[in-house]
Amino acid sequence: MSLLEVENLGVRIGAVVPVDGVSFSIGAGETFALLGESGSGKSMTALALLRLLPAGGRIGGGEIRFDGQLLGELPESKMRSLRGRGMAMIFQEPQTSLNPVMTIGEQIAEALPGGLSREEQRNAVVRLLGEVGIADPAARLHSYPFELSGGQKQRVMIAQALAGEPRLLIADEPTTALDVTLQAQILQLIKRLARERGMGLLLITHDLGVARHMADRVGIMYAGQLIEQLPVDAEAGLARAFHPYTRKLMAAVPGLERAGQRLAAIPGRVPPLDRAFAGCRFAERCPHAFGPCTSAAPGWSGLAEGHQVRCHLAEHPAAVRGDESAQPLEMPRPGQVPVLEVRDLAVSFTQRTGQLFGKKQIHAVDGISFELRMGETLALVGESGCGKTTAAKAILGLTPISGGRVELDGQQVAGLSERRFKPYRRLAQIVFQDPYSSLNPRMRVGDILQEGMAALGVGEAHTRGQSVAALLEKVGLDPDAVTRYPHEFSGGQRQRIAIARALAVRPKLLICDEPTSALDVSVQAQILNLLADLQREEGLAMLFITHNLAAVGYLAHRVAVMQAGKIVELGATRDILAHPQHPYTQSLLASVV
Amino acid sequence: MSFQPVILWTDALIWLLVLICGGFAWHIARTPALRASWRKVLARPMGMSSLAVLGVFVLVGLADSLHYRERLDNGQLDVEVKSLLDRALVPFTARNERTYSAPLATHAQSRETVQRPDGSTVRETPRLQFGGAHLADPQQDWLGDVMARTLKGLALGLAASLLFAVLLAVPLKRLWRCGFAAALVRLWRPQEGDIAWKSLLLTVSMLLLTCGAVASLAGGYHVFGTDKVGQDVLYQSLKSIRTGLVIGTLTTLVTLPAAIGLGLLAGYFRGWVDDFIQYVYTTLNSIPWVLLVAAAVLIVQVFIEQNEASFSSVAERADVRLLALCVIIGLTGWTGLARLLRAETLKLRELDYVTAARAFGVSGPRILARHILPNVQHLILITVVMDFSGLVLAEAILSYVGVGVDPVMNSWGNMINAARMELAREPIVWWPLLAAFSFMFALVLAANLFADVVQDAFDPRTAARGGKA
Repeated sequence: MSLLEVENLGVRIGAVVPVDGVSFSIGAGETFALLGESGSGKSMTALALLRLLPAGGRIGGGEIRFDGQLLGELPESKMRSLRGRGMAMIFQEPQTSLNPVMTIGEQIAEALPGGLSREEQRNAVVRLLGEVGIADPAARLHSYPFELSGGQKQRVMIAQALAGEPRLLIADEPTTALDVTLQAQILQLIKRLARERGMGLLLITHDLGVARHMADRVGIMYAGQLIEQLPVDAEAGLARAFHPYTRKLMAAVPGLERAGQRLAAIPGRVPPLDRAFAGCRFAERCPHAFGPCTSAAPGWSGLAEGHQVRCHLAEHPAAVRGDESAQPLEMPRPGQVPVLEVRDLAVSFTQRTGQLFGKKQIHAVDGISFELRMGETLALVGESGCGKTTAAKAILGLTPISGGRVELDGQQVAGLSERRFKPYRRLAQIVFQDPYSSLNPRMRVGDILQEGMAALGVGEAHTRGQSVAALLEKVGLDPDAVTRYPHEFSGGQRQRIAIARALAVRPKLLICDEPTSALDVSVQAQILNLLADLQREEGLAMLFITHNLAAVGYLAHRVAVMQAGKIVELGATRDILAHPQHPYTQSLLASVV
Repeated sequence: MSFQPVILWTDALIWLLVLICGGFAWHIARTPALRASWRKVLARPMGMSSLAVLGVFVLVGLADSLHYRERLDNGQLDVEVKSLLDRALVPFTARNERTYSAPLATHAQSRETVQRPDGSTVRETPRLQFGGAHLADPQQDWLGDVMARTLKGLALGLAASLLFAVLLAVPLKRLWRCGFAAALVRLWRPQEGDIAWKSLLLTVSMLLLTCGAVASLAGGYHVFGTDKVGQDVLYQSLKSIRTGLVIGTLTTLVTLPAAIGLGLLAGYFRGWVDDFIQYVYTTLNSIPWVLLVAAAVLIVQVFIEQNEASFSSVAERADVRLLALCVIIGLTGWTGLARLLRAETLKLRELDYVTAARAFGVSGPRILARHILPNVQHLILITVVMDFSGLVLAEAILSYVGVGVDPVMNSWGNMINAARMELAREPIVWWPLLAAFSFMFALVLAANLFADVVQDAFDPRTAARGGKA
């Protein structure tokens, strides 16, 4: 019998049904991954298991059976003892999931079963900390969360989850907030612990790589429903997936093997979940949709042992229209004219130390040099805190520099005063990571796009309306967006607006600071395709800042790997990905899952 | 009878504020986005109701802000400055009793020694000069008379409500291009996209019914009783509305420029600007507030007494003191909002859209005006309304300490201050306190509810949430 059996689970929040008819089971020692994009209902499913739904949410139907016990009937007091002891959860954000005013020892001890003496508690905590790979656990007992790094915090959270000896561990995007190298370590740790303890593991993730790497079986969620379940094959991974959505999702992930191809983008967006569906939820975005897809909801069809899919095509294979092969992507040929030249650029901050008047210099960017030609893409790769964003801001003159030269279009601009920099501002523009904080919520899209043109005097005032319309068309938005406010748009659309804003002043250099890391995989593909098209059309030089090596191979001509403020390796993308020279580059590549 | 208009300082400022509000309304009507947001406010029943209540307070306050002096028969100007409201309330002012009487009473509150026509003296509660004077036998007739007057008032109120509905339907008929009856029906059952007419009708009807009953009763009684010198308490409460509104709004006029300007500058430019502004408000904050206000008010009072000759009437003198109080409270009260805005600006200036604007070479003042200020608007709005109620209360506290408005000026603070002694009397005199409390409560509650609705309508984030849920 399975450890956890979920039968036809539904969740309601007001009129919205974020989870609808989800059934799956997890055996002891088995890892099941729920894979889906944001809004697919995967986190809601996990919270429903623990009966920890947000305010206003309630379980709208179905049965959850844990270890043969129906959870729906348990009184809250029993449920409370089940949380932690029976099922435990690891959250996404280690920064906010630990209490900053309690020592980590106290926080883990809190989750231990009752009835232990102080000495036993202490030993148990030390053992747990050792198990999750914290060095010198006895000394760390009295540390506060702020004294730990992000990875260590995530380890402490895992220790906390393990303290109650749970039989099912629920991990909700456990590594999304971490750097790539850490991600691999933490995933290894979770997998090892689950195997050693014979725990069931429910892994919730949006990352195909993580799901494939970790899970025995994967369930794919779309618009509140489970649409496909299949076992992970040791060699083929998820290649046997059948559902058009799953296949599209896999084709949308950028990677070296896709260099020179356009990514598959899924048109449209996830339907709103506050209404009843007549047919398949994916029908309007599905390239293979035919007759019954819009009129009848598909049931489960078994394809192989343990492989089920909710798709009409499984019964009517004839309706599949020839698999659209990947379209080639024309990479622009870099020109000869250098647009940006950076020589020994350095930025340092003064930080106050504990002592009175004590100060020390932090070298955020420590003498980097590179150049970028017209139509060329240089990827600046590094983990958080390596100084890559600071370097971008220094190039744009948004942060004071402590040394070096920056030449934009042949003009030395580093260290210029705000007033003297202004003529060169239109040459270089930036697109930010978070599409939610990069657009002023109080300004209409038209005003946002015109702001730069007005400030830098680009174009005549009376023609700017037309320029805005042209820009919107170029980034694939309706012209009526002009009068709307940013909150009316989805994350991907907002990122298009941000790109249009940068292009409004017709720059020669576009700096993209992690432009897709806040977006879902299918939307990420749309934005990356858009950037590639724009570069070809406009002959833009692009500085592509990212922590994601996978996106690099697809887009960049050259790669610069940055570590602790220095560029440790710089070269053609193919060479670096195939034959990394620097040990840091090698470790980065090794940790890609 | 001729008269000469008198413009007091606060009158001028109040009408200036009305002009500003009018200009703002004109601006809203011309800006589609703002118009849509305000439509959202009016579409919410709560917004419409609180606005109607606020509107009544403002009307009373404005009527009390048109002052004049009558020319007496001998050609001299009357020393007393009156307002339009006084003129409307003549029945109240002309009917003073000798001292305390309870609401709707026919006899005085306390026993007095009365000489009978036959020469004997007894201690009894004498009949009031005006309250219930028309009753032959108060013991028997009182209840019936009160009921009759109440019913008559309610009937009048109902008639007025119906008239209001009809008056409302006439222009709307043209706007909606439908028949008169259809317009009336639509007022009650709004269509998609209409504003909350039904709430407006209901609130105005409730107000009219209350006013009708009170006005009808006031014809023969003191509805809220009388105070120590026999003045009608209802009249005092109505006159206090203007004082409350002036303190609540004019003080804000003084506070806002300082708080917004200094808060945004400190947060955005940081460095020595920030250090200096922080230094100023920390210093200001470290002096006990009441002490600071008391000291300033006493200085102003000394100044007023030394220049007694330059004020031509008591009302003018009291008015200058009220204005001085507003300025003093304003100058000592900007620190809270400034600190809040500084913190918010510190956060906002690091956001990507500000960085993007800087990358376009947009100047500092322009970034403040276009990117920072609009995003702290909701904070300003909430603080203003919260402060409004706080200021009305502060006036009460300061009057209690003796450094509030002029003692001759009607204010809820002065009424509450007097209640200190009244609550200790036997039998207890509770009605002035109750009257002051009810009026303050209605005003502050309506303002707070209105602020809530405005906040919801103007914050794009809540608007987005409302749209999804």
